[in-house]
Amino acid sequence: MRNSFLIKTLDKNSVLFLTLLAIIAVIVPVANLVMPPQSPFHLSTYWVVLLGKYLCYALLALSVDLVWGYAGILTLGHGAFFALGGYAMGMYLMRQIGARGVYGNPDLPDFMVFLNWSELPWFWSGFDMFPFAMLMVLFVPGLLAFAFGWFAFRSRVTGVYLSIITQALTYALMLAFFRNNMGFGGNNGLTDFKDILGFNLQSDATRSGLFVATVVALMLAFLISRAIIKSRFGKVLIGVRDAESRTRFLGYRVENYKLFVWTISAMIAGVAGALYVPQVGIINPSEFAPANSIETVIWVAVGGRGTLIGAAFGAVLVNFAKTWFTGALPELWLFALGALFIFTTIFLPKGILGLLARKPKKPRKSKSGKQPDQQSTQPAE
Amino acid sequence: MELAHGSVLYLDGVTVSFDGFRALNELSFIVEPGEMRAIIGPNGAGKTTMMDVITGKTTPDHGDIFFNGEIDLTKLDEADIAQLGIGRKFQKPTVFESQSVFDNLELSLKDDRRVFPVLFSTLSNKQNQRIDELLETIRLTGQRHELAANLSHGQKQWLEIGMLLAQEPKLLLVDEPAAGMTDAETAETAILLKEIAKTKAVVVVEHDMVFVRDLDVKVSVLHEGSILAEGNMDEVSNDERVIEVYLGR
Repeated sequence: MRNSFLIKTLDKNSVLFLTLLAIIAVIVPVANLVMPPQSPFHLSTYWVVLLGKYLCYALLALSVDLVWGYAGILTLGHGAFFALGGYAMGMYLMRQIGARGVYGNPDLPDFMVFLNWSELPWFWSGFDMFPFAMLMVLFVPGLLAFAFGWFAFRSRVTGVYLSIITQALTYALMLAFFRNNMGFGGNNGLTDFKDILGFNLQSDATRSGLFVATVVALMLAFLISRAIIKSRFGKVLIGVRDAESRTRFLGYRVENYKLFVWTISAMIAGVAGALYVPQVGIINPSEFAPANSIETVIWVAVGGRGTLIGAAFGAVLVNFAKTWFTGALPELWLFALGALFIFTTIFLPKGILGLLARKPKKPRKSKSGKQPDQQSTQPAE
Repeated sequence: MELAHGSVLYLDGVTVSFDGFRALNELSFIVEPGEMRAIIGPNGAGKTTMMDVITGKTTPDHGDIFFNGEIDLTKLDEADIAQLGIGRKFQKPTVFESQSVFDNLELSLKDDRRVFPVLFSTLSNKQNQRIDELLETIRLTGQRHELAANLSHGQKQWLEIGMLLAQEPKLLLVDEPAAGMTDAETAETAILLKEIAKTKAVVVVEHDMVFVRDLDVKVSVLHEGSILAEGNMDEVSNDERVIEVYLGR
């Protein structure tokens, strides 16, 4: 039973992908911490942080692909869940600062002292405890997604209308978080973090640790997503994507299926945000900006929608290009991104992964006879 | 209500209007257990709306619809009605194109449809056997691992019929099963439907007169949202009102 479940969940590409991640999780910290700085194999901390950031984006892209690639829900607001997860982590990190802030107040974060607040708002309580904060990283985005999805999917809002509402959701949250009264630091957001679980955030070892945690989270999220899409539930989802009314008339309550995968996806996005914040050292309302969510969709499209692996690769590749571009030709980046999206839509509708997947088709035919099972385990693009 | 007793499907005075246009106008008819019924009518007669109303996609303005003589369908949604045992075939073959024929049938098998049971479900031997039988019935055994998108138009129609059968429905609603088929496929489809009608009630909506004649069943003529005439094909085709609105053209 267990065995067949694993075989069903993991095809060759999945195993390759997980192996690659495992190798990265070992090599990057070793190259940074063990190799002496003079060595050609040394990796600077700058790169560790940058790669960690890319992998957080990969995790976010994976969560978008889960709903867009498999259930056909084009979300333009997943940045909201990412940012909420980030804020939950940011609140924990703020509480860890303690009396080391500029004002030296042991009970209140600096921005609250600055606003002349006398006590911690109720919704900040508990965030000094790491397990509670981690629970909130999952719970807050999950709850928002559940409430949003409950109404949206029940009223059968689909297609471009749903996309617009998700966009409005993240925009509304951005405006709300910009307000100082919200109690999340207004437009400065949360920053000046000192340590996490007692480890200094500036130290190379902690940064490597966060990097490894990000890789592990990506592997876990990938496994969970694969298990979902390879189950009969996943087949129903693809059915919803391709012919929603047929699924309904077969007796499936489509809104519940969408709601489930939508909530899971939001929680994955929340985890991505929570890992992102300690690595970049700040969370502010600009993370809710609608443009961020749209960019995430582009990563997925470039990598290959409905492949999970492609989404992760797309996120890393596009962000790598972004880093290079914004250094070399900063004013051209948005044009390049737009051009990339148009190019992908017209010439690579299945993304980069679709391009790669085209190759092995030929030898399969010439190879001896029929391999029916291989055909059915082909990723559903 | 007494009339509904013992019937599979009972419609009485069902009316649906869209912006003042009456798509169904006091529509009433009864389908008995095991009966096959053909419904014909010109474009705009209300055939699709009738299907929508029975399957829960549209709620009627007023009128009664009962399934098995006791279950009020006007209170239920598509998923509920499908689970009760009413299967619907669309006019344009609607199958899951990016999935295999086998997967299409697996998804259609009568089983628990709730999210969590489906998440952890696996196919039992019995279910595997059932899929094999269905593949045989719809003549797609050789294509079991083929993507549905690669099937011919006629094969897709059959696959969709197979998906309906997999649900083990008590009543099948079939919308223009012969549309776009070759003559040979049309004849085979008639045989297949007659086979199905031995154990289930079937309502066929159809344009193709030759096909309806092949079916050789009771015919209801739909016109402007209500039944104009009922009887066997010969009686109906000799009815003057029917000739005027439909057949005579």
